[in-house]
Amino acid sequence: MSTTTPAPTRALSASRTTATAARVLRQLRHDPRTIALMVLIPCVMLFLLRYVFDGSARTFDSIGASLLGIFPLITMFLVTSIATLRERTSGTLERLLAMPLGKGDLIAGYALAFGTLAIIQSALATGLAVWFLGLDVTGSPWLLLLVALLDALLGTALGLFVSAFAASEFQAVQFMPAVIFPQILLCGLFTPRDNMHPVLEAISNVLPMSYAVDGMNEVLTHTDLTAAFIQDTAIVTGTALLVLTLGAATLKRRTA
Amino acid sequence: MMNYSSRPAEEPAVRARDLTVVRGPRTVLRGLGFSVPHGQITGLLGPSGCGKSTLMRAVVGTQAKVTGTLDVLGHPAGHPGLRTRIGYVTQAPSVYDDLTVRQNLDYFAAILDPGRAAAARRAEHVTRAITDVDLTGHADTLAGNLSGGQRSRVSLAVALLGTPDLLVLDEPTVGLDPVLRRDLWQLFHTIAAERGATLLISSHVMDEAERCHRLLLMRAGELLADDTPDALRDRTGSDTVEAAFLHLVDEATAAGRTKETTR
Repeated sequence: MSTTTPAPTRALSASRTTATAARVLRQLRHDPRTIALMVLIPCVMLFLLRYVFDGSARTFDSIGASLLGIFPLITMFLVTSIATLRERTSGTLERLLAMPLGKGDLIAGYALAFGTLAIIQSALATGLAVWFLGLDVTGSPWLLLLVALLDALLGTALGLFVSAFAASEFQAVQFMPAVIFPQILLCGLFTPRDNMHPVLEAISNVLPMSYAVDGMNEVLTHTDLTAAFIQDTAIVTGTALLVLTLGAATLKRRTA
Repeated sequence: MMNYSSRPAEEPAVRARDLTVVRGPRTVLRGLGFSVPHGQITGLLGPSGCGKSTLMRAVVGTQAKVTGTLDVLGHPAGHPGLRTRIGYVTQAPSVYDDLTVRQNLDYFAAILDPGRAAAARRAEHVTRAITDVDLTGHADTLAGNLSGGQRSRVSLAVALLGTPDLLVLDEPTVGLDPVLRRDLWQLFHTIAAERGATLLISSHVMDEAERCHRLLLMRAGELLADDTPDALRDRTGSDTVEAAFLHLVDEATAAGRTKETTR
């Protein structure tokens, strides 16, 4: 009989994180319809949008770029909130936390798995928009992809956080309109943020999606890395990390 | 043969003193005191809702608001060092329905014993656990496509990974057919005898009590008895553990009534 050497619990262990990411991706692989929906819907929406604004290419540029930032945020928010809710309700979370798994491993594992998916989703959507639908980007498409990825991370973070407050899948899905819709209205997608009522503009200044969309528009209109772009991406990244930390605090080893 | 010799007899696997657990407005466990000896099967019996699961969660270290003393394998319950040494099976099977049996076990094994260097040992543990619970023919079936009894055996297999010193099993045989129940109890005895593990198994089926070395009988958050099945039957003059339990319940109810009237 072989003996197991005691493996200590550390805050973050690379092999436990990658094992978790591989497990999440393996679960998704048994669910090809979800993958297809995640990857194809943004492309179909962009395609639609291109011909909705058939007469005004300039509008498509601005809205299209904004949507490239919003899609990964929404999809990752939904997928993560449902996935972690299932982990909580199926008892697997309790089992994992009774094992030597660090909370950081679990969160990083989810972020890694969904981040990979977000890269595929964003690469397809960005490629389609730039090369086939004639989205006119002044800056590098790689920067669009970078912002999209950071937005996906933000979506994962928000999803993980709100799943702690949802007792059922019904509630988790309702957090989408509650958390995401106000941000879509106020992020500058429909009208520039400085045209809004001052109160709404102030609110939009503290919502992370506003910076995600601003970042996309910076790439759209500037050839080089602007200070505003760096500030926007830093804010999105910082918020994502902050919310991930808050999400980690909702994972309790001991529960009532 | 029981494996007592390697450990000092005075150090039980689990020792509780004045163990109390509060959940919301209710006190679920009231000042329990007991010990679970090493290398034996201790049955935790009582009607549903009496606090068995809460007691098990306290031992595993996942229960909040635990007061009193609770030492597990020489550490306070919930100590990080215990996480690789305890195998825990919840009442509802906690496995991923969208993974196959082997993929489930591969993942949990990677959490218990991570790293590429341990890959061969992990594969060996996974195969052994699947064999232990008799699911070899279903190793590549999605857990969600298995029957209820099969899924609970996947959950049990996860707890057997990594050869834990203490197995805490919450109603592991519920909903299983008689043949499977017998096979699992044989497995539990093998694990105790050959691997020297301590088992704490809850059940509300009293005939399973006869298969345990020791019994903890619970009712409404209190301990009615902590003894061997034989001693319990002798003490209460009953033929079965079930009769002994009912006798003790009646006694406790009567004592409770006297307390009420004198108050």
